[in-house]
Amino acid sequence: MSRAGQQTFVYDRPPVIAAHASVAGPKEAQGPLAPWFDALLEDDLLGQKSWELAEMEMVRRCVMDALNQARMPAESVQALLGGDLNNQIIASSFAARALGMPFLGQYGACSTFVQALAVASALISGGFLDSAACVASSHFCTAERQFRFPLELGTQRPPQASWTATACGCALLKGEGEGLRITSGTLGRVIDLNITDANHMGAAMAPAVFDTLAAHFSDMGRRAEDYDLIATGDLGWIGRDLLLELCDAAGVSLPPDRLIDCGASLFYREQDAHAGGSGCGCVASVSCGWLMKRLERGELNRLLLVGSGAMLSPTSSQQGQSVPGIACAVSIERGR
Amino acid sequence: MSRQPFTPDRYRELVASHTPPSRQLRGYLRAFWVGGTICVLGQALTLWAEKLNLGEITAPMFTTSALIFLGTTLTGIGVYDRIGKYAGAGSAIPVTGFANSVAAPAIEFQREGAVMGVGARLFTLAGPVLAYGIASSVLVGIAYWLARGWVL
Repeated sequence: MSRAGQQTFVYDRPPVIAAHASVAGPKEAQGPLAPWFDALLEDDLLGQKSWELAEMEMVRRCVMDALNQARMPAESVQALLGGDLNNQIIASSFAARALGMPFLGQYGACSTFVQALAVASALISGGFLDSAACVASSHFCTAERQFRFPLELGTQRPPQASWTATACGCALLKGEGEGLRITSGTLGRVIDLNITDANHMGAAMAPAVFDTLAAHFSDMGRRAEDYDLIATGDLGWIGRDLLLELCDAAGVSLPPDRLIDCGASLFYREQDAHAGGSGCGCVASVSCGWLMKRLERGELNRLLLVGSGAMLSPTSSQQGQSVPGIACAVSIERGR
Repeated sequence: MSRQPFTPDRYRELVASHTPPSRQLRGYLRAFWVGGTICVLGQALTLWAEKLNLGEITAPMFTTSALIFLGTTLTGIGVYDRIGKYAGAGSAIPVTGFANSVAAPAIEFQREGAVMGVGARLFTLAGPVLAYGIASSVLVGIAYWLARGWVL
């Protein structure tokens, strides 16, 4: 286990992504990435009694799908690292109850999945774990009722609002074997440029993504051109433009053709998702469903996945606080 | 470690320049015709009530009750949120919107039970309107009582 610079883990024994699974909800199933997801939901209640139980069931199914792909029984997985947007991350912890794995709860808002990958990779590289499942989920209906308004209320959203994805992604990491490898992870600082509009999460998070990107490049002695693709999540269309402006002004090279955003990729613009997708499940499902498959197909060799989160709560917003952002990055490479 | 290239003030300007504006004129027109239609419906109900000889006091109550029934029903069958998305304030301001703001949490929080769910959350949105509406009517009433000697 070694470190680079101030914020970056370099994994001496890079863990292998043994399997990865994704689940996407009905609106996401109408989007451009629908053919890539492993499972599409027709009923976003999944036959459950509440939205929260539905999200829990989505997490459970997604983890089971990854286990089945890797032909691993649940008992053989030494840790489940997961999180979601619900208060006290109940979707993940209730799914962990059903799965019976040792559980390490994660929270980094929409960056949760990447945070889980970075932590699990460190534990595997350090020899503390042989296997770990990383999972993150979000559900439009649980997020709406917790952060905004009841679903049936007739309100309008501003153009800068994002749309919480109903989606889940799970990556199963192992110390040994064949597959994609997670080679480094960069932790993020909490950055706040005093954006007070709680709807404008892309604007709140873009400076944090810039900070983590710059730290990663500096720590690793790399540039954007060293990666085939840099995938951020979930800045949305507006936040992606802001990130390009920030990099340009700071003199950090970031070619637009190497930058995609998971939130801006999940929906068509005509789908009325406003600024794009968001939620822990967005970057999790897009990376597990689409980006990792593109790496496996050989379309990409080296990917930098940068999850971003808006660290607000309804309480902090009501008390007039600004929206701090965070971003966590991992590099994922094909072959060795 | 790279420093942020913009100060918060400069960044706010950049954000504003990248954020598409709400389509205000379209919003005004939609709010006007939907809100206006609801009001015309209310007026029609009042005229009908007068035809039925319900009386000066009962006729407006008949209208209000009918519109609340309509707003609640449209919320229950999942239509009012779509109207609200289209019309904004046009459907939020009339009494049908008030009905929607009570019925929507009633549906949403029934899973948390009758007491701490529906009972406690029923007025989460309408509560401020009720609190300040009733408080201001009391204040206006006191002002009227004090001033009636001069005014009338």
